Amino acid sequence: MKIGKWLAVAFGLLFSAAALAQQPIKIGIGIAQTGTLGGGGKAALLALQMWVEDVNAKGGLLGRKVELLAYDDQSNPATTPGIYTKLLDVDKVDLLIAPYGTVPTAPIMPLVKQRGLLLMGNFSFQVNHTVKHDMWFNNAPWGDATSWTEGFLQVGQKIGAKTIAFIAADQEFAQNLANGAKEIAKRSGLKTVYEQNYPPTTVDFSSMIRAIRAAKPDMVFVCSYPNDSVAIVRAVNEIGVGPTVKLFGGGMVGLQFTPVMESLGSSLNGIVNYNSYVPGIKYPGIEDFLQRYAKKAVEAKVDPLGFYLPPFNYAIGQILEQAITTTKSLDQKVLARFLHSHEINTIVGPISWGPDGERAKPAVPMIQFRNVADKNVEQFRQAGKQVILHPPQFKSGDPVVPYEKARGGN
Amino acid sequence: MRRDWPFWAGAAATVALAAAVGLSGANEYFFYASFVVLQFVVLATAWNILGGYAGYVNFGTAAFFGIGAYTAVVLFKAAGAPLAVQILAAAAISGLLGFGTGLLTLRLRGIFFSIATVAVIFIMETAMVNWRYVGGATGVQLLRPPVMEPFESYTRMLFVVMAILAVIAVSIARYIEVSWIGRGLRAIRDSEEAAECFGVPTLQLKLFACTVSGALMGAAGAAMPMYMSFIEPPSSFSLTYSVSALAMPMIGGTSHWLGPVIGAILLGSVQQIVTVTISNEINVLVVGVLLVVFVVAAPDGILGLLKRLKWLLRSSR
Amino acid sequence: MAFSFELLLEAILFGVLLGCFYAAVSIGLSVSFGLLDVPHVAHPAIMVLGSYCTYLLNRYGLDPIVAGIALMPLFFILGVAIYRFYYETFEKRGSEAGVRGLAFFFGLAFIIEVGLILVFGVDQRMVEAAYIGRSLALGEFRIPWRMVVAFGVALVLTAALTIYLSRTFTGRAIKAVAQDEPALRLMGANPVRIKQWAFGIATGVTALAGAMLIVVGPVEPSLDRVYIGRTFAVVVLAGLGSMTGTLAAGLILGISESIVLMQFGASWAPAVAFGLLLVVLGIRPQGLFGR
Repeated sequence: MKIGKWLAVAFGLLFSAAALAQQPIKIGIGIAQTGTLGGGGKAALLALQMWVEDVNAKGGLLGRKVELLAYDDQSNPATTPGIYTKLLDVDKVDLLIAPYGTVPTAPIMPLVKQRGLLLMGNFSFQVNHTVKHDMWFNNAPWGDATSWTEGFLQVGQKIGAKTIAFIAADQEFAQNLANGAKEIAKRSGLKTVYEQNYPPTTVDFSSMIRAIRAAKPDMVFVCSYPNDSVAIVRAVNEIGVGPTVKLFGGGMVGLQFTPVMESLGSSLNGIVNYNSYVPGIKYPGIEDFLQRYAKKAVEAKVDPLGFYLPPFNYAIGQILEQAITTTKSLDQKVLARFLHSHEINTIVGPISWGPDGERAKPAVPMIQFRNVADKNVEQFRQAGKQVILHPPQFKSGDPVVPYEKARGGN
Repeated sequence: MRRDWPFWAGAAATVALAAAVGLSGANEYFFYASFVVLQFVVLATAWNILGGYAGYVNFGTAAFFGIGAYTAVVLFKAAGAPLAVQILAAAAISGLLGFGTGLLTLRLRGIFFSIATVAVIFIMETAMVNWRYVGGATGVQLLRPPVMEPFESYTRMLFVVMAILAVIAVSIARYIEVSWIGRGLRAIRDSEEAAECFGVPTLQLKLFACTVSGALMGAAGAAMPMYMSFIEPPSSFSLTYSVSALAMPMIGGTSHWLGPVIGAILLGSVQQIVTVTISNEINVLVVGVLLVVFVVAAPDGILGLLKRLKWLLRSSR
Repeated sequence: MAFSFELLLEAILFGVLLGCFYAAVSIGLSVSFGLLDVPHVAHPAIMVLGSYCTYLLNRYGLDPIVAGIALMPLFFILGVAIYRFYYETFEKRGSEAGVRGLAFFFGLAFIIEVGLILVFGVDQRMVEAAYIGRSLALGEFRIPWRMVVAFGVALVLTAALTIYLSRTFTGRAIKAVAQDEPALRLMGANPVRIKQWAFGIATGVTALAGAMLIVVGPVEPSLDRVYIGRTFAVVVLAGLGSMTGTLAAGLILGISESIVLMQFGASWAPAVAFGLLLVVLGIRPQGLFGR
C-alpha cells in the first residue's frame, strides 16, 4: 500500500505541474483608450497585442502562452491604483506594464515599490524621481530634462534667441519637464520673460496667448497633454502669438498622434516639437514592423501610421521576452537584476538603463512641421513633413523662423 | 438606559468581527473594496445627521471629505504623523469648515443652502489646486509607513480602522438621534418657524449638526490618501462623493441611524461589485438611478418599506 | 505699464463677450428656477446634453447654431415632460417633498452625465464651423469669431425672451403665476399648464445654450459641474425672475472671471463664480433686481 500512496502522490505532482505549465503567463496593464491620452493609448495597445500574438506563434514564453489583460484608465490618474490592485489581487497577473503616460503612472509608483514589483515604463517622463523604485524600466527615448530640452534650446540659441516663455499644465509630466527646462534655460543664460502654469482642464488659452504676445519672447516652450496641446495650437492659429517668436513648442504631447495630426493639419506648420520616431530615422526592423502594424491598424480602426508609440510598445514586449527567456524565470527581482545589467536589442535600437530606470543613452528627435496640408494622413509617411532639427545623427534640416512666418499666419 | 446594551453589544461585536477578518487570510482585494464601503457608512451616517434629522440637504460632502484628506496629507508630509493623529486633525479641521459653512449658509432656505454647499466644494478644490505644498493640480505620491503588527498589509489595517470609525460615527448619530438634540433637529425639519416659536435654539442646533457632520466626513477622508498612496484635487473633491453620501441615506431611510448604514452597505457593495465586473461609469449610473427611483417611489427608504411591510403583515392577520 | 493696460482692455472686452454668453446659458434657469421656483440643479446637465445633440447634428454638416435652433422644439417637449413628472411627484405634495425634488434633480443631473459618458466616452468633442478658428482683428486686439457669434446669439435670445415675457399674453401669464398663483387660479387660468409651458420654453432655450457652449469651446460630460456655479451665480445675482438682471449679472460674472484669469491665471477662474455666489447669498440674497 505504501507504493500505492507514493504513486498517487507522484501522479498528483505530475498532474499539477502539467496543469501549471498550461496556465498562461498573465501580463496586466491599465492603458488609456479614452480621454486625453486615448488617441495614443489605442495604438500602443494594438502594438502590445501584436507582440503577444508573435510570441504565442513562436510557442510562448517558458512553454506557456502569454495573455494580456488590459483595462481603460480613461487617462485619469484616480483610476490607476484601483485598476492595478485589481490586476494584482483579482486577476492575479504575473507581470505589470505601466500605463501610457506620466500622469496615470504617477499614482501607482508607491504601490509597486511597496509590493516589490517589476514595472515596465511606458513613455513616462521622470515619474520615478521621487519614489526611486529600483525595479522600474522605461521604454522612452528620453532620460532627464536635458535630453529632452537641449535640442529645442540649442536650436534656438544658434539662431540668436535670448528670451523664453514657459507655459505648462499643472500635472506630473508637464511640471517635471517644465521645472527641468527652466533650470537648463537659466544655466544657458536665457532670460525667462513669462511663465504660467494652468490646470489640466483648461480649454480656453486666449488669455495666456495674449499675455505671451505681450511679453515678446524669442522662444515659447510648451509642456502640455493632448487636449491642451490641441487647444493651444488652435488658439495660436486663431489670435497669433506675435512676430518676435522664433520657436514655438517643445514638449507638446499629442501632436504625434495620427488622429490629432490629421485634424490639426496645416495649423501644425512651424511648430517645433519632440517626437520618438519619424520616417527617415533608421532603426533595425522598424519599417517591417510598421508595415505589419498598418494592416492590423486598418482592421482595428486605429491610428494607421503608428509612428509614435507602437514601435516602443512592441519593444516593451521584446524586452520582457528576452529577459524571461534568458533568465528562464518570472521572478521579479531576477528579471530586474538582468535588465539592469544588460543591453536589449529591439526594433527601436539597443536599449539600456541607468540606475534610475531611465535610458542610459537618450536621443530625442526635435522636429519642425513643414508643408503640412489639411485632412491628409498619408502625407506624413514622406520624410520632410516633420523636418528633424536635432540630434545631429538624425538631422535633416534647419528651422524656418520666425514662427509666424513658418505658420503662414495672420 | 436599559435599551442601550443591545446596541453596544452589537458595536463591540462589529469591531471584533472586523479585527478577526482583518487578521484572517481573506483575499487582499476584499479589504480594498470593503474599505470603500465602510468609508461610505461613515459618510452616509455623517450626512444624515444634518440631511436626515434636520432636513438640510447638504451637497457639499466632497468638500469636507477632501479637506480631511488634505489635512492628513499635510500632517504626514510635514511631521510624518501617525494615522490616528491624521484622523483627529482631519476631523477638527473639517469640523471647523462645517461650522464656518453653517454660519455662512444656514440662514438660507432649501435650495440656496444646497447650492451654497456646492460652492464650498469648488472653492476648497481651487484652494488646494493653488497650493504647491500639497502638489497643486499635479498631486502628491505618498509612501506608506511600514505596517504595524499584527496586520499583514496596510490595507487590512485601514480596513479595521475604518470599521472602528464607522462604529464611532453610528454611535454618535444614534446618540444625537435619541437625545434632546435629535428632538430639536426633528422639530426643525418638520417646521422651523414653529420650532423657533417654541423656543428651540434652531441656529445653535443646526450649527452643531453641521459641525459634527463635517468632522465625521473629514475623519473618513483622512484615511483616503494612505489608501491610494496618492492624492490629487479632482478625485478628492469629486461630486460623486456628494451624490453617494446623499443617495445612501435616502435609499436606506433618513429618520433612523440604521438607514444610512443599510443604504451604504447595500449601495456600496453593489458599486464595488459593478466596478470589478463591469465598469466604473455604470457604478455612478447605479447611484443616480437608485436615488431617483427611491426618491420618487419610496421616500422613506428601505426602512420605510420594511415598516410598511410589517404593518401590512400585521393587519392581514 | 502700457502693455498691462492693453491686456486689461482686452480682458474686459473678452469678459463682455463671455458675460453675455453666461447670461444666455443662465436665462433658462432664470425662468425655471427664478420664476417657477423649481430646484433645477440639472439645468447645466441638460445644456451639456444639448451640446452633444448639436455635436451629432454638426457631424452631418449642420451649422451648430442652426442645429441648436432646430433642437429647441425637441427640448421644449422634454421640458414639459420633466415638469409634469416633477409636479405630479413632488410639488403637489408640499414642502417636505420639495427637499426630495432637489435630490431628484441632483440624481437626474448625474444620470444625464453618466449617460453621456456611456454613449460618447470621456473624450472632448468639438464642432466645426466657418467662424470657429478665426478671429476678428481690431487694431492690436484679436477677438475670436466664435465668441462674437455666441455674443450675438446671446443678445438676440435674451431680448427675445424678455419681450416674450412682457409683451405676449402667455408671457405675462408666466410672470403672473410666478407672482401670485392663487390669484391667477381665481382668474380662471390653469397655473399648472402655464408653468409647464414656461418650463418647456426654459428647456428649449437651454438647447440653444448648449449649442453656444460647444461653439465657444470643447465639451465633455462633466462640464455641467462647473456650470452649476456659473448659472446659479448669475441667476441669484440677478435676482430671481429678472431677465434684464440676468444680462447684467452675466456681464459682471464674465468680466470678473476674465480679469481674474488675466491677473491670477486659469487655476483661480473656477472659484470666481462660486465665490461670487457665496458673497451674494451672504450679503444680498435677493440679488440686484430681485423681488
